[in-house]
Order: sequence, then structure tokens, then C-alpha cells
Amino acid sequence: MALLRITSPHTQRAGRKTSWVMLMVIAATIPGLVVQTALFGWGTLINILIAVAAALVSEAIILKMRQRSIGFFLKDYSAVLTAVLLGLALPPSVPWWLTVTAVSFAIIFAKQVYGGLGNNPFNPAMVGYAIVLVSFPVPMTQWLGSADVVATQDTLSFVHSIAAIFSSAPVIDGYTMATPLDAFKHKEGLMSSEAFASVEALSSGNLSSWFYVNMAYLAGGLALLYFRIITWHTPVALLGALAVMASLFYMIDASNAATPYFHLTTGAAMFGAFFIATDPVSSCTSNKGKLFYGCGIGVLIFIIRTWGGYPDAVAFAVLLMNFAAPFIDYYSQPRAYGHKKAKKGLKIGDSQ
Amino acid sequence: MPSDVTVFEFHGGIHPEQNKTQSLQLPLGNPKLPDELVLPLGQHIGQMSRPLVKVGDRVLKGQTIAINNGFLSSFLHAPTSGRISAIEERAIAHPSGLSDLCIIIEPDNKETWCELRPMPLWQESTKTDVLTYLAEMGIVGMGGAGFPTQVKLQGAQKNDLDYLIINAAECEPYITADDMLIREKTSHLVQGIQILQFLVEANNVIIGIEDNKEKAIELLQNELRVRQLDKQIKIAVVPTKYPSGGEKQLIQLLTDREVPSGKHPIDIGIICQNVGTCSAIYDAVVLGQPLISRITTLTGAALEHPQNVEVLLGTPIEHLLNYAGCDHSQLQRLIMGGPMMGFTLENQQAPIIKTTNCILAGSAKELPQPEPEQACIRCGMCEQACPASLLPQQLLWFTKSQEFEKAEHYNLFDCIECGACSYVCPSSIPLVQYYRHGKSAIREARDATIKSDHAKLRFEARKARQEAEAAEKEAKRLARKKPAPKADKAKVDAPTNDVTTAKADNANKAEKPANNEASKKLKIDLAIAKAKMKKLEKALTAAQEETRTEEINQLQTEVNEQKNTIQQLEDELTKVAPPAKVTKVANPNEAGVKQLKIDAAIAKASVKKLEKAIKKAEDINAPELETLKSQLTPAILRANELEKSLASAQEAAAKSSDSTATQAEELSEQAKADTKKLKIDIAIANAAIKKAKKNIDAMKAEGQDDAAIDASGLPQKLAEHEANITGLQQKLTDLTATDSKTEKPSAEVNPLADKIKKQKIAVALAKAQISKLTKRMEKEPEKAAEIQLEIEAKQAAQTTAETELAQLLNTQEKN
Ligand code: SF4
Ligand code: SF4
Repeated sequence: MALLRITSPHTQRAGRKTSWVMLMVIAATIPGLVVQTALFGWGTLINILIAVAAALVSEAIILKMRQRSIGFFLKDYSAVLTAVLLGLALPPSVPWWLTVTAVSFAIIFAKQVYGGLGNNPFNPAMVGYAIVLVSFPVPMTQWLGSADVVATQDTLSFVHSIAAIFSSAPVIDGYTMATPLDAFKHKEGLMSSEAFASVEALSSGNLSSWFYVNMAYLAGGLALLYFRIITWHTPVALLGALAVMASLFYMIDASNAATPYFHLTTGAAMFGAFFIATDPVSSCTSNKGKLFYGCGIGVLIFIIRTWGGYPDAVAFAVLLMNFAAPFIDYYSQPRAYGHKKAKKGLKIGDSQ
Repeated sequence: MPSDVTVFEFHGGIHPEQNKTQSLQLPLGNPKLPDELVLPLGQHIGQMSRPLVKVGDRVLKGQTIAINNGFLSSFLHAPTSGRISAIEERAIAHPSGLSDLCIIIEPDNKETWCELRPMPLWQESTKTDVLTYLAEMGIVGMGGAGFPTQVKLQGAQKNDLDYLIINAAECEPYITADDMLIREKTSHLVQGIQILQFLVEANNVIIGIEDNKEKAIELLQNELRVRQLDKQIKIAVVPTKYPSGGEKQLIQLLTDREVPSGKHPIDIGIICQNVGTCSAIYDAVVLGQPLISRITTLTGAALEHPQNVEVLLGTPIEHLLNYAGCDHSQLQRLIMGGPMMGFTLENQQAPIIKTTNCILAGSAKELPQPEPEQACIRCGMCEQACPASLLPQQLLWFTKSQEFEKAEHYNLFDCIECGACSYVCPSSIPLVQYYRHGKSAIREARDATIKSDHAKLRFEARKARQEAEAAEKEAKRLARKKPAPKADKAKVDAPTNDVTTAKADNANKAEKPANNEASKKLKIDLAIAKAKMKKLEKALTAAQEETRTEEINQLQTEVNEQKNTIQQLEDELTKVAPPAKVTKVANPNEAGVKQLKIDAAIAKASVKKLEKAIKKAEDINAPELETLKSQLTPAILRANELEKSLASAQEAAAKSSDSTATQAEELSEQAKADTKKLKIDIAIANAAIKKAKKNIDAMKAEGQDDAAIDASGLPQKLAEHEANITGLQQKLTDLTATDSKTEKPSAEVNPLADKIKKQKIAVALAKAQISKLTKRMEKEPEKAAEIQLEIEAKQAAQTTAETELAQLLNTQEKN
């Protein structure tokens, strides 16, 4: 047999391929998906299925146009992951065309136009989300209420969900309500305590639903940490910064600000911290860089939630920090072995 | 397991499957002698050794068969007794998969040792003596690149040494050679460490060993206790993690210090030695046995009986594979070294060398082909694994996009090529391959800048010379117009001047004004070049003293370049300003001889002085030793050269005054010896050319493009060697010419006429060659520089021939 001539190393860690990494992230969303479905109905699951189909189709078309091997690239599951993350982020009742728009935009413009996996400067799922949020604000801010809160005392049935998603008829009013974040933002002149007492979306039942959802994502995120698919730096920095900002403003004005607990357990806090901000491609590289990056997102989330025009802020915060990531990277290189100081900047002249 | 000293941590690292048990099932094996032993002349870092034997010689086991050839070179010994059957190119174990010059020994199966001269009383010898002895015993670092041990240890003579670290970590999967060596030769190893400690006097001596070698640790601890050395020599048991055995990582583990980037451990007061080297030192010093064998691991799924063997250097790998029961149908990847940093071999005839710690015969199943490369998802797993705390994903990005400046800024050159990043990369990216490419591209670019500087200098020199030549031609044309009357006039004008020819005088007169300008300029250039050379040489010595290998190589090339430039400038100068002395001095021979005698005497005196200084330096172990030594060789060379020219001048003088036959004979003897030496040099250069050509072909065959080939530096080497050969051949012809001249001086009826004829031919030949080369240059502009060099050499030859001819003609006329 002719002997192989290959340069070292001659061995590789078995099993841990890129597709495996993607699948693990997808698997880690399952707790969140289950809880979200249980509490808010089938809509999320249907969204995900639509999103995955749309993602695979758009990815395949683009790969074909770019004359790449379709099978090879589809098998890295990166498109599927983007679709799943988008499906989870979109409200459960959005019409199907909105999901398709978001996903195809994410795949085609946010990812493939930049050169495909590994080259996109922005988080594709969040680009897709932001586009539809800006273009179709109404359906995007209608979230379904959890079963024990809404007037009907039940979530939408599977059939109803399908009908809601595929028909142009508006979702039956009784099932929808604003998210707690949205409601809190629009509490108008009410004091915090009054709002929590009187606004439906801020009732303890709805809040605990959101708490469960966030805890489920936290569990999935911890699993990712355990398998060393992500490092702790980004989520810890993000949640820490968010908590610190919230505490600070709560201490200054307790009657009008929300508690840090409220900030960490509603909306997409945990989902964003463990699944969105940790997207490796568009985030920072070094551990130090990830700390800055996470902090930045946390602070931006708080700012946008409090003073911005949109109820939840993860998408915009992440996209803004995507902009800053390369810059942070240049100034957060680790100190290499044998060097007294870490290098800074991009070129030799830039250092120190 | 208890560790005597605190163990620190290093960043990153991986835990690949160890696969060490396979090769530890059987005891240390002893394969029988193969049919032939193949000993490459380059088993170490640095220059190839110079063979001392010739084909057909009988050698005894342990006899020195090649000596060192320069600073980082090493000695080589016969691993068994037998006959030198060839000195030729053979496949060697090298990442490039190429062949190189080897000494082949046909064993006589008697294993007769040569006379051994151990140093049992090493404690009473001077350190310099022991160090020199180690060099002569061919001891080099057996764990890594084969760095000559005495060079490494010399560094410790100047600096205070904090730590002597004995590297027994052996972190690469599969390899158990060091483990086995510790088990089998515990006491040799410990005594070897004692000798080392005697040589370097470190404040701490620590053996660093991974915790997966329990038995070895136990044996070591016992040995140290029995010898009551456990206070002086500590054992540090480090956790099993690749690459804990990397020099820098082990240093960090044991001392929490980092070797500064671009520096060496010695700069922070640390020396590392491999256990194999320690036991080899014991064998050499106490038993008097040079480095002729080593312990090597034979392992891999293709072998039926994986095991460690004590094997003679030069044993072909195939012999060992058969010994271990290799199933060749299973064998898919043959690796020298471990799976992380080893390199693949294609030729099983390649021999075991001093640094071969493992032969891994992998099956397709255990070392599967790499998967197709996917996009980098910037997951950062590589970064978490990198022991040098680099950002491998950024380095990948920059090397891939050829942004080498940025790659360097991101510390590409601190990458130790350990392969941890590639190992963990989920996208199967051959990261290390990209880094190697990036590094060599950067090095090439650096060399190229240096070369272009030299080219500029050369170009300017050439321009000056061309101008001078034009002037010369013009002068000649003028001279030719009315040669006869002038010649007569000259004779009349200078009737007492019996040597000056009318012709030469004529030409001289006409040439002078034009030449003066050019020669002035050349002289200035030459002075500048020489000054630069001096500076370079100084830097080189400094680099050598501190053993900064990379720099040494770099400087060496620069020095060589500079030498060429100087040589060229000198050539030009002689051409522009033809040896005026000859024409001016009444009796050139006698005066020349006198001058040469004086020069030779001065040179000899300076050699003697240097030798004395060296001896003194050796006695007191002075740091200038190296400098002095490096000065000695050129001094000796100069003395020899002078003597040689003296001899030839004397010969000429003797001939002109009816020399005796004996003198001529003596000279022809010497000429013969020189011829032989030159022929050998040519053969070596030829071999080098062949190799370079083969390399290029191989690269072409692999489908690498021209840029890659250029980047490998092979074409440049090729050109260098070719130029070298032309020079050598020129010398050879010169020599043979003188040789034949001296051989039968009286046999010729009319020696003068004959000589004139010969010179005329030589001139014609040179002219023809020049015109041929000029034509070639037009046809192959890309090789212009190279051809230009040749042309210049030829022109020099032509001028010499012409001058001689003129002289001869003159003599004839006189007669
Ligand atoms: S491990 Fe591979 S895929 Fe991950 S960042 Fe490093 S190079 Fe990229
Ligand atoms: S090969 Fe170089 S970059 Fe990769 S882990 Fe080793 S030192 Fe780091």
C-alpha cells in the first residue's frame, strides 16, 4: 500500500465536528422549546418547522448559485441552527410569510452574501429578526398569553395555531397580549407596584411563565457550558452587566424601575445570553474580548429596554456589539506565552 | 503521586488518547544486525558532518567516521565494525522525504570495538575538556532537533544557572522510549545527570515526568534515595496533558517562568536536557562509548509486536518493522515521532538517526485520513487549547489571506507547532499547515530583502566595471593604431627595464586614466563591503555565543552573501587595475616570493598567537573562547593560503632558474592532493544540486505552483550550488593545469612555446564561453543574475590568461 504523506498532527479529536457543535446547540434549545410550547401553545414549534424548511431551501438555492457542494454545506447544520433560533425568537402567532421572510433574509443576506458560514459579521438570526421587527411591528409585538392568564383559560389548540399562522385572519383577540416587557414599558403613569397589580400581562401568572421559559434556557445554556461548546465569558458578562445596570437604576428610583430580577427573568434575557450572544462567528474571539462583548450587550439591552422604542432589546444590542466586535478583538488579544504585555491593535506599529 | 516540587500550570493543552500501553507489553528488544547501516551525515541541526573515511575502509565499532563541520555540526561514529561500502545519497528520514549523503557500513558481524578512551575521572577534568569530549562522542539532544549538547551546555558557562531540567515528560501519545529508558537504565541516567550538573552547576536540578509513568517514577525515586541524591535532584510529577513535554511548557510547569519570545531557556537561567541525552552522556564519559545506539519505540496497529528496542543508529526502518512483525497490508501511515508532531515517511529504507524516538506504523483505522476542511466557525476551541496562548483562528485568517504582517503581529512565530489547535478544531482545519506555510513565506520575504540589497550593490559594481571596460576597449583601439613605433620607442626608452613589455607598458599607459576612476570607486565599494562584513561577522559570533539558532542561520547566509560580494568586487578591482606590480618590479618572481614569505611568516605568527590565546582561554574558561576559535580558522586558512602561494611562487622562481625535479615532484604531490580535495568538494556540491533538483521536481509533481517552490528556497539553493561548482571546477582546471605543468617540466621540447599555446587556447576558450553565456543571458533573462555571475568569473579567467600570455610573449621575445 502506498504510504500517506501528511503533515502533523496525525490525529484528531474524534466526533467533535462542526455539525456536532451545531446539533448540540440545537439540542440545548429543547428545554426552552418544550416549556415555551407548553405555556404558549404550538405556535413556536410550527414556526420552527416553517423556518427550518425555508432556511434549507434558501441555503440550497444560494449554494447552487455560488456553485458549492450543497450536501456538504447543508450537513454542517448551521442553517438549521439559525432557523431554530429564529423560530424560537419570533412570537408564536406570527403569520408564516413573516417567518419565511425573516429566515430567508437571514440566510441569504446576513450569511451567504458575506461568503457563507464563518464570514458573516452579524448574527444572521438577529438580522432576520430585526428586519421583520422593523417592517412588521404589529404582529411582532403580539405575544400569546399563557394559559392561566388569557381570557379563554387555554392556549391555542394545534389546529387553531395552524389556522392562525396560515390564514390572514387576525389571531383571536382573547389569546394574545403584550409581553411583560412591553406592558411594563407602556405602563404610562402607573407606578411599578400599581402596574404589577393591575396590568394583565404583568400578573404573577404570566411573569412566572416567562420565568420558567428563562430557566429552561438557562438549563440548556449550562449544558453548553458543560460540554465546552461555549465559554462562560459572554453569558456571565452579559447577565452581570444587565443585573448591575438594573440594580443601579432600581436603587435610584425603585418606584418606577423594574427589579433586576424582572430584567433577568423576562423576555429573551437567558435565551440571548446563552444562545444568541454566544454565536461564535459574529462575536469576539479572545476570552478577554468576550467579557467586553458580553458587558456591552448587557448594558445595551438595559438601555434599549428602558429608553428605546422596542420592547425587547436583545436583537439590537447584539447587532450593535457585532459592529464593535472586530475593534474589541484588536484591543483584547491575550498575552501570548513569552511576552510581557499583550499586543494591541492590528499592525506592528499599533502595538503598545 | 507525590511530587517533590510545586507544579504550576500552563494555558491550554489537550488530552489525546495515550496509546502508550501497547509498546510496554514486551521487554526492551534487541534486533539483530541488519545487512547494512545507513548513516546520514546530517543527523543534527547545523552543517553536515565531514566524512573521515572512504569507500572500502574497514572500521571498528565506535570509530569516528565523520567529524564536525562548523559550529552546530556534530561527530559521527561507526555503530558496528565492518566495511564502508559506499558514501552516497540515500533516502533519509526527513519531513521532505528526500535523500541525502550517507555513509553506508556493511557489518562484519564481529562487533569489534575500537579502543575506548573513557573519562572515569571526569570530576577531576576541566569542564572544557569534558565538553570537548562530549562533542567528540557525537552527543546531541535526543529529544528534539538534535542540537549539539556541548553547545547548549557552553551557554551555562557564562550565565548563572538556576535550573537544570531533565525532560522525562514524554507527552506525545504512543511514545514510551523515555519511559523504557528510565526503567532500564535508571542508574546510568542518574549518573548522567550528575555529570551534567558538574558541567553546569545549576542551583536546582529537577526531573519533570508525567504522572502516567508510575513505574519509572518509583524506580527513579529509589535510585536517587540509594545514591543519596534525593536532596540535590528533585522529581516533579506533572499531570498528563499534551504538550507538557514541550520545552517551554515544561519550564512553565516546573518554574512558573516563561521563556521570553525569541529567546532561549538559557536566557532565563534554565537548561533542559532529555533523559536519552543524559544516559548517552554517561555512556560516553564513563564507558567511553560514543553515541551509536538509542532506544526507539516501535508501535502502531500495523505491528504485531509493538515494543521498545535498543537499536543501532543507521538501522533501516524496514528492518525494524519486520522485526516487530509488520503487516504491510495494514500499514497506511508510517510516522517518525509521535502522532502530534511526527512526520510521515514514504521510504521504509530510511534509517534510524540520533533523534528517532518512535516509529509509528499506523493502520487506516487508527489514524484515519483527515476529513475535508470546513469553514472556521470561530468557535474558539483552538484558542482554549493553545499552550502558547495565541489566537489560532486569527492566525488562520491572516495566513489564509496572506496578511503576513498581521499574522506576525498576532505572534505567529511564538507558535510551537504542537498541533493542539488542529487536534480540537471541529472544522478539521489543518491549522498547523497554514502556520508553517505562513512562517516560511515570511522568512523567505526577509531573505529576499537581504538579497535584493546585495543585488543592488552588485548591479552598481557591474555598472562601474562596464564603464571601465568601455574605456579599456577604447584605449586598446587607440593602442592598436600605432603599435610598432611605440613598442620600439619603449624599448629604447627603457633599455634597462628587462621585464616590462612594450605591449603591456603601452596598454598600461593608455588604460590608466580610465581605470583610475573605476578602481577608485571599486576600492571604496570594497571598503564598505568589508566593513559590513566585519559587522556581520561580529553579529554572527555574538549569535553563536548565545546559540540563537535562527539568527545564526540568517546571519550565516548574510555573511556568505557578503563574501560573494567582496569576492566580486575584488575580482573587478584586479581587472580594472591589472597587477601593476608585475610590470613594475624588476624581477617579479623574486620580489613576489619575498613579499609572500613575509606575509606567510606574519600569518603563521598570528596563528600561533591565536592558538596560545585559545589555550589560555581554555584554561581559565574565558568567554572569549568562541570568538578566538572562530578567528583561528580563518587565520589558519590564510596562513595555508599564503604558504601555498608562496610555494607556487617559489616553484615559478625555481623553474625560471632551472628548478630541480624533486621540488617539482613535491609540488605536484601537493597539487594532486588539492585536486582530490576539490574533486570531493565538487562531488558534494553535485549531490546538493541533485538533491535540490529532486526536491523541486518532487514539489512540482505534488502540484505545488511555482510560488510555493520559490518559497521553499530550493531554486536559490540550486543556483548557489551551481555557482559553487563552477568555481570549484575552475579551480580544478587551474590545478590540473599547473599539475600537468609541474609534472613534466623537462619533457617538453619548447616549454615556453607550449605554454604560450596553452594560454592562447585558454584565452580563446574563455572568450568563447563568455560569448556563449552572453547569448544565453539574452535567451533566459530570468536567470540573468546567475549567468552574469558566471560571465564575471569567466572574464576574470580571461584577464588572468591574457596577462599571463602577455608575460609569456614578452619572455619569448626576450629570448
Ligand atoms: S477550532 Fe477550528 S473552527 Fe474553531 S475557531 Fe479554531 S480554527 Fe475555527
Ligand atoms: S500549533 Fe501553534 S497555534 Fe496551534 S495550539 Fe500549538 S502553539 Fe498554538
